[in-house]
Amino acid sequence: MSIRERLSGNEAAATAMKQINPDVVAAFPITPSTEIPQYFSTFVSNGQVDTEFVAVESEHSAMSACIGAEAAGARAMTATSANGLSLMWEMIYIASSLRLPIVMSLVNRAVSGPLNIHNDHSDAMGVRDAGWIMLFSENNQEAYDNLVMAHRIAEHKDVLLPLMVCQDGFITSHSIENIELIEDDRVKEFVGRYQPEHYLLNDQEPIAIGPLDLQAFLFEHKKQQADAMRNAKRVILEVAEDFERMTGRKYGFFEEYRMEDAEFVIVCMNSTAGTAKAEIDKLREEGILAGLVKVRCFRPFPADEIAEALKNAKTIAVLDKSDSLNGAGGALFEDVVSAMYTKNYHVPTVSYVYGIGGRDTTTTDIRKVFNDLIWIKDTGEFGYPYRYLGVREG
Amino acid sequence: MSEINNNTPIHELTIAGNIYTAGNAKNFKTGDWRSETPKYIPENCTQCGLCFNVCPDNAIPVNGELNRENFNLDSCKGCGVCAKVCPFKAIIME
Repeated sequence: MSIRERLSGNEAAATAMKQINPDVVAAFPITPSTEIPQYFSTFVSNGQVDTEFVAVESEHSAMSACIGAEAAGARAMTATSANGLSLMWEMIYIASSLRLPIVMSLVNRAVSGPLNIHNDHSDAMGVRDAGWIMLFSENNQEAYDNLVMAHRIAEHKDVLLPLMVCQDGFITSHSIENIELIEDDRVKEFVGRYQPEHYLLNDQEPIAIGPLDLQAFLFEHKKQQADAMRNAKRVILEVAEDFERMTGRKYGFFEEYRMEDAEFVIVCMNSTAGTAKAEIDKLREEGILAGLVKVRCFRPFPADEIAEALKNAKTIAVLDKSDSLNGAGGALFEDVVSAMYTKNYHVPTVSYVYGIGGRDTTTTDIRKVFNDLIWIKDTGEFGYPYRYLGVREG
Repeated sequence: MSEINNNTPIHELTIAGNIYTAGNAKNFKTGDWRSETPKYIPENCTQCGLCFNVCPDNAIPVNGELNRENFNLDSCKGCGVCAKVCPFKAIIME
């Protein structure tokens, strides 16, 4: 029987890490993810885990220590947010290009400046091209479940890529909600032992990792990474199937909420999906065919599958909690529109940047987006596609 | 695995360029970015054995009589450590 609890998102992530019991955790505190290494170091002090906890002096060192540990043959985890992730930047690419399946809990926060500690997705979007698998979580339950599934995906021999599990800072990380935990022994059995094929501490096979890789070879090694990211799609679904057998909870690349006959569709990630669902239920009571596609798997991007899910919509709004500052749309918008165009599906689609720096996004905001989508369908007028939701203008 | 070159197809390359067969430096010419070159002066050399121990690569071949021979410049990076330790001016950098 599963265990019913009440945990914050950070507690949920730390609990998952406790049950995974990794060989090494190296982390540096940064709001709003600070509690994860804080709780975890308590587990270490209490002897509840066998983990070597490395209290590093910076996030650059945290990721470097994880890289060293993982290359040595250990299972390594970390947690960070915003500018902490920024400081890891150099090593983020080293981790993925050396094909080290490190797992990170990323508690999303605005990257300063000016200084802001609240939630948006600018930290995650900054590393979207870094070769990490990126799973997004609507609530504490999903943050927990995604972490329990993470190692099985990342460490699969056809993948071997690092993975980050994202959750919204404060909104999820500091809100206490109900959660269903899995028993320790079942998590242990599900995650399994880490048995890398090649590792530095294997005295039977002296190896070198990360050698000079110039014009004759780097291109092929990058293509190998891209192939691994494509392979990850199959593995993510396989692991989700096993997870569903264990828990009854179903995960895919994205969640389709009331999409069976939806004409007006919002695409978004993380906690705003919950807000959208609440408003969609109200709209449905009014007879408006509203629906939601909540993206869980942002990297690899399930382009074909999202296009198929959206092709029958009349109008689409893609909500980005980070501005790409490119003078056009947000990152998720661009990925969705590219996916649709590549499959030759043409549905009027607008970009909304929202919730920057922790600005609240309420059901009233979601209602406004749906009103805009209905207006576009009724009038046939598209208007300016690159929009902002909830910013003070005029 | 160590026999890779510009024509090796992608599926024959290890991931991330990892090297699983140790001691393969001899298969690669790694001395081509040297800015200074050591010159061996055999008439000054006493075969004391200091230089080849400090060479960080494999640039000073040693024969069966445990005597050093002339430099293997395919591996020499030109670091000059050998010239620094030589007490007999048998190595100069130029």
